[in-house]
Amino acid sequence: MTLEQKTWDELREIAARYPEPRSGLLPMLHLVQSVEGRVTPEGIEACAEVLGISAAEVNGVATFYTMYKRKPVGDYHVGVCTNTLCAVMGGDLIFERLKEHLDVGNDETTEDGTITLEHLECNAACDYAPVMMVNWEFMDNQTPESAVQVVDDLRAGTEVHSTRGPRICTWREAERVLAGFPDDRADEGPTAGPASLAGLRIARENGWTAPSDAPAGTPAEKGESK
Amino acid sequence: MTDTLTPVLTDNWDAERAWTLAAYEERGGYAALDKAFAMTPDDVIDAVKESGLRGRGGAGFPTGMKWGFIPQDNPKPKYLVVNADESEPGTCKDIPLMMASPHTLVEGVILSSYAIRAHTAFIYVRGEVLHVIRRLQRAVQEAYLAGHLGTNIHGSGYDLDLIVHAGAGAYICGEETALLEGLEGRRGQPRLRPPFPAVAGLYASPTVINNVESIASVPSIIANGPSWFAQMGTEKSQGFGIFSLSGHVANPGQYEAPLGITLRQLIDLAGGMREGHELKFWTPGGSSTPLLTPEHLDVPLDFESVGAAGSMLGTRALQLFDETTCVVRAVLRWTEFYKHESCGKCTPCREGTWWLTQTLARLEKGQGSESDLDLLLDQCDNILGRSFCALGDGATSPISSSIQHFRDEYLAHLTHGGCPFDPVASTAFAPAGATA
Repeated sequence: MTLEQKTWDELREIAARYPEPRSGLLPMLHLVQSVEGRVTPEGIEACAEVLGISAAEVNGVATFYTMYKRKPVGDYHVGVCTNTLCAVMGGDLIFERLKEHLDVGNDETTEDGTITLEHLECNAACDYAPVMMVNWEFMDNQTPESAVQVVDDLRAGTEVHSTRGPRICTWREAERVLAGFPDDRADEGPTAGPASLAGLRIARENGWTAPSDAPAGTPAEKGESK
Repeated sequence: MTDTLTPVLTDNWDAERAWTLAAYEERGGYAALDKAFAMTPDDVIDAVKESGLRGRGGAGFPTGMKWGFIPQDNPKPKYLVVNADESEPGTCKDIPLMMASPHTLVEGVILSSYAIRAHTAFIYVRGEVLHVIRRLQRAVQEAYLAGHLGTNIHGSGYDLDLIVHAGAGAYICGEETALLEGLEGRRGQPRLRPPFPAVAGLYASPTVINNVESIASVPSIIANGPSWFAQMGTEKSQGFGIFSLSGHVANPGQYEAPLGITLRQLIDLAGGMREGHELKFWTPGGSSTPLLTPEHLDVPLDFESVGAAGSMLGTRALQLFDETTCVVRAVLRWTEFYKHESCGKCTPCREGTWWLTQTLARLEKGQGSESDLDLLLDQCDNILGRSFCALGDGATSPISSSIQHFRDEYLAHLTHGGCPFDPVASTAFAPAGATA
């Protein structure tokens, strides 16, 4: 399979965003995945040619970062956080249930090519534990049952939304955004999920705010003003 | 006396469409730019120094001092790089900030770049947060169209380009020199220091790397003045910070408060531990900060006090575990994480994290013997301070602190012939009243 001219043009476009072209390599590999469904030998060669470096150098980078996949990824990449906090809060049981339900192991894809299942390290949403990611969108506060429902809906072609808003797109579409080609969907979803607002809600109820002004006195006296 | 909670960075998170330029400007957003452009860049640095702002990414280095290290007589371009690679287990403050109010960060980037005289800045955001990246991309696009970015910003003659760069999955890229490697299109392995990034960072040019929350705090400091910021917090840990509560607490979430608030206060605000359970152990600032116990509930959460208690404030990632949680299981899982994320550059970390995992896994299964605890501590001793970067050091924190506080629980695995805990009891969906 050879890459289309459009892809070559976009790879060069990414490299041109940076003061030094090689800085574009991470987003370029995201673009390769969006087009090819994984990091392919052709994609590696194309990145190397655009940047004027060896294929081995590109390979070295592609094998270092966990988001780059050598095997074809399904339409939906489902990641279950099994780092300590999510694991303890139920992530281990969710991951076990999904492996059983989908009949796949870690980093494997269902036979119909829809779902790739993987266990993840911390994805920075611990206040919504246990957390699952679908194509790198947050699915907060999951249970084994809710997680099974999500993958069943995805396989049935039912529209699925992140618990914080946006409609789930395909993995390839997501990779294109990561390559720096926006899909113009920033306006979907809320400003913040409920846990993000936990403290703010209490502050509002109590009328608590940051001080409205600087304290009296010069900055040098700030020690006394507390 | 300041209020218990002081929403500044989180203050617009309950606003409709707070991520848009219109909503941000309606609340006075981008007004700090004109104030800064009327000052010299050095005056902006001085204001941030005077505020007492210390890095919010974990290390707590004074932000203004870091900016002051940039050699302005160096003819090379200067760069600002925002570390938005939030990945430390437990840390979950920068992601909601960038999702809710990306313009706060963009405005901070412009102010900070102006101060250090950078004309190109980058936001290195972890790749695994699609919607956050969408909102950052949109915010940058809007800021260009409104004249907050680009050439001759606000008619000041100052030019700045800002590039949103998505990473590709590597905890190590939160380490600032590994992040620079990633941003240069290489494997994310840390660099030897010196030279420090301030002298030879991105493209071997003077570079400042700051955490999202640090940079996002700058607009409020410029708008309200350094003494406004410094009146919050404690004498040496000034200002406010976002405290992230997760785990077995009734209402986990983000709580923005002056530095120096205690965990007891925060748990009270969060409705207590989940019903019928009590706190067993916690991390003050992510998994790389040594575990603390209920005896530390009244430690002021500032850099000095948490340090004196034997841990680190880190990123204020307060992961709370109740009595249903097996500490050995928790520590083993963190250790597996460090093993997975070790970049392989140095031997103590690359090999050591494998040894730690093997020894711990054996103990968790109830195999091995009491002498394995000494073996673990010896392995930690051979990693801590001997690894190339802080990842290896961090890997030893949960192990040595858990053996210090919960030695008996390790031994219980040996006498019980395995883990004495029911893993279902610790889940968020456990039946009410479940016990270990």
